Amino acid sequence: MKSRRSMLFVPGDNPAMLSTAFVYKPDSVMFDLEDAVSPREKDSARLLVFHALALPAYRDIERVVRINRLDSEYGLKDLEAAVRGGADVVRLPKTDSAGEIQELESHVARLEKECGRPVGETRLIAAIESASGVVNAVTIATASPRMIAIALAGFDYLVSMQTRRSGGSEPELFYARASVLHAARMAGIDAFDVAYGDVNDDEGFLREVEIAKQLGFNGKSLIHPRQVDLLHRAYAPTQKELEYAKRVIAAAGYAQRNGQGVVSLDGKMIDPPVIKEAELVLGRVYAS
Amino acid sequence: MRIIKQAVAGTLESSDLLVKVEPNDSVLDIVVRSEVIKQFGKQIRRVVAETLARMDVDQGTVVIEDKGALDYAIRARVQAAVLRGSGSDELNWGQMS
Repeated sequence: MKSRRSMLFVPGDNPAMLSTAFVYKPDSVMFDLEDAVSPREKDSARLLVFHALALPAYRDIERVVRINRLDSEYGLKDLEAAVRGGADVVRLPKTDSAGEIQELESHVARLEKECGRPVGETRLIAAIESASGVVNAVTIATASPRMIAIALAGFDYLVSMQTRRSGGSEPELFYARASVLHAARMAGIDAFDVAYGDVNDDEGFLREVEIAKQLGFNGKSLIHPRQVDLLHRAYAPTQKELEYAKRVIAAAGYAQRNGQGVVSLDGKMIDPPVIKEAELVLGRVYAS
Repeated sequence: MRIIKQAVAGTLESSDLLVKVEPNDSVLDIVVRSEVIKQFGKQIRRVVAETLARMDVDQGTVVIEDKGALDYAIRARVQAAVLRGSGSDELNWGQMS
């Protein structure tokens, strides 16, 4: 299964960053045609992203393109560049309803046919950035078999909720985080936590990473390359967690070979959820 | 595609290039300026010429101020400048590949 801990934003109008983002080894790069690009540069950025998608350096990294909303004058043009350029994933910003995903899906299918890509190859991510999106998260997450993740975007969401970031335990994001996570898990897809805007505040970033990790998010959207390694280190299991996970898998294997339904380890019952957790821990090691 | 007005695309930032196009009714004139002209001048000119040919541009003046751009960025910026200079909003993606 593909690990999605880090999705690194790369401004679509910046050739220097488009051609070097791979060196930071994020799990996914997200070439941005939306907020990072001024209206008068949208046409040029669209062509840069179209060609950057073909760079061999990104062969082993998931390539996501964030398009503008489909009801803007840019959205469909962005989508055309993304699908024809061979993007692995299209990220739709400010998604408020399942209907927007279904509309996106129909355009993607049409473009795939037109340019000869296998229909269904392009996957989708919905960014949730409003109260409506949070309330509709379940129907959005389950709107299409192409959906691979939903991402919470904090800045616009908090504006829509008439509040702002507080730092610390961030109670203002708790409901949205829990809603998005439940929707993702119900749909069997990944969930990305909000981006952290202060790129010079490692302590604050890591505090937020711990919250996201503890809640169960697969990872975060990242706005600066230096956050990639910090995030990957924080998501990597500790040596103690790793050793325990290995022992759990070994104990479960022993039980299976000897026809035992359950087995205990250090006095604790090893049942399917414990085994699943151990597999997740080991999976994070192999993703690192 | 025909260049009917002056247009610019790109920047003078590192790894980018600035492309200026303007109408020229007699010839296709390509001017390349680059800090790495000795090493990569021919390659830059080749990418520019190929990109223009794919867009069926055979007349016009195209001035490149290169700042160490890779081929993909050269293609994209030349295409953007020509599209802006042609006044066209329609993109033939087959010509962009």
